[in-house]
Amino acid sequence: MSALTELGLAEARDGLRAKKFSAREITEDHIKAVEAARPLNAYLCETPEKALAMAAASDERLAKGEGKPLDGLPLAIKDLFCTEGVPTTAGSKILEGFKPPYESTVTSQLWRDGAVMLGKVNLDEFAMGSANITSAYGHVENPWRRKGDNHALVPGGSSGGSAAAVAARAALAATGTDTGGSIRQPAAFCGLVGLKPTYGRCSRWGVVAFASSLDQAGPMTRSVRDAAVMLQSMAGYDPKDSTSANVPLPNFEAALTGDIRGMRIGIPREYRIDGMPAEIETLWERGIEWLKAAGATPVEVSLKMTEYALPVYYIIAPAEASSNLARYDGERFGKRVNGDTLDAMYENTRAEGFGAEVRRRILIGTYVLSAGYYDAYYLKAQKVRALIAQDFDKAFESCDALLTPTAPSAAFGIGEKFDNPIQMYLNDVFTVTVNLAGLPGISVPAGLSSEGLPLGLQVIGKAFDEESVLRVGQVIEQAAQFTAKPAFIAGEA
Amino acid sequence: MALDKATVARIASLARIKMGEEEQTRMADELNHLITWIEQLAEVDTTGVEAMTSVVHMKNPMREDKVTDGGIRDKLLANAPNEARGFFTVPKVVE
Repeated sequence: MSALTELGLAEARDGLRAKKFSAREITEDHIKAVEAARPLNAYLCETPEKALAMAAASDERLAKGEGKPLDGLPLAIKDLFCTEGVPTTAGSKILEGFKPPYESTVTSQLWRDGAVMLGKVNLDEFAMGSANITSAYGHVENPWRRKGDNHALVPGGSSGGSAAAVAARAALAATGTDTGGSIRQPAAFCGLVGLKPTYGRCSRWGVVAFASSLDQAGPMTRSVRDAAVMLQSMAGYDPKDSTSANVPLPNFEAALTGDIRGMRIGIPREYRIDGMPAEIETLWERGIEWLKAAGATPVEVSLKMTEYALPVYYIIAPAEASSNLARYDGERFGKRVNGDTLDAMYENTRAEGFGAEVRRRILIGTYVLSAGYYDAYYLKAQKVRALIAQDFDKAFESCDALLTPTAPSAAFGIGEKFDNPIQMYLNDVFTVTVNLAGLPGISVPAGLSSEGLPLGLQVIGKAFDEESVLRVGQVIEQAAQFTAKPAFIAGEA
Repeated sequence: MALDKATVARIASLARIKMGEEEQTRMADELNHLITWIEQLAEVDTTGVEAMTSVVHMKNPMREDKVTDGGIRDKLLANAPNEARGFFTVPKVVE
């Protein structure tokens, strides 16, 4: 391990600008860390040569004093973002060998701003999962361990490779995507900051689609400031995504004033769910106290449709997925398994190419959209989704942001909770509502469980008010003083 | 509503996923479990509620009707599992 891999994104940026070290040096150290982190199975594809070439270009610009916002900063990219000429698998066998002929808007903006690509990181297949165990390329290990127990834990999902890489210091930061909690839950499980921006804030163009009305890209970092810096480059209007929002882009880092005096923080009473561990309840109470001490006022609010959010999600997300994944037919890209007829080729290709969880969700989606069931399931879900969004609108009449736990538990062991899909889906009970309503949410590490594992608190904001989300998130970060580190740090024996 | 093996076979065929009998039986069990859980939505009163079809309130964007991309045949074919003379190939569909 080197001191350079321990730096935060913003710190490294400042160090590069002050010429304390070069882009080449910090990139070389990270390339070594990526190699050392191989036991975690976080990286699916390492791109060291590309990284060094990008770092050299950054050093040239920095030498001339023409440094860009992210110049020389090594990042990991979730393997759901299409990267030109670099294999993109979405964690699925069906995209084996696929090299996109184009670059996603989000990653192209990161490169435009000088960032360095270390490689592509593992994820649940097509981002469908909460533990990074559905990837066709093997599960990812969480760099954290329970106290006195060496059993491997899940990093959360679907952005599990992103979370593991950043937590293990094998990237300064990573991109993630969040459809039901896939940035925030792994961030919480790995002791990181994860920000899901407002729907429409970051372009979805070139990001492999799962559920188009829910998917949103965002940063996964080791501090709130880093999340603000990275979001600045990821966000922005893109005419190539018809749901991209043409709204002004604020200066996110400038929003980190630390001043939340007079803010009203909503505490949704329905989030006190049965069976939630006492230590999560306690952490939440502590979070409320921290915000009070900083001059904010907690107010109780009601999100009465909360209990229906997961069933709504498990109609809408599979329905959209079954439609989006129809394109994987073995014709134009990816895997093909031959058959005697065209239909046989489709059926063979999709049976072999998709894993069990993806097949299950395509079938649910096909079922709820099929003739005779559309109104009872899909239309009903869209109506309840409208009520969920209205709950938030109403809550925001009496508050400026909400505070909740991120997940109902800390990271669990590989092999636990695997038998029952619904048990697994419950991981997203506090995060999925935010996707359904299209709102921004951040998870900030706020404490350790009795077993020594990180726990996160979530701040939810109004649409396009990432500034409040970041500001409140940073107040929690500063009060929590979360300095614990995972058991596995890349390059440390 | 119970989802039987025949229904699974039908939706698997609609979704163009080949599925053996054994998997159809297992999948029927799993999907039943999920569908039963999802059906709790029936208890929500949605009378007069308009279905949410757009996440962010915005007008559909329009643009000028002109070509913005193209002329990259070889780039696209580079990912084809099989191509011949500048075309994607599929099994014979016309006798």
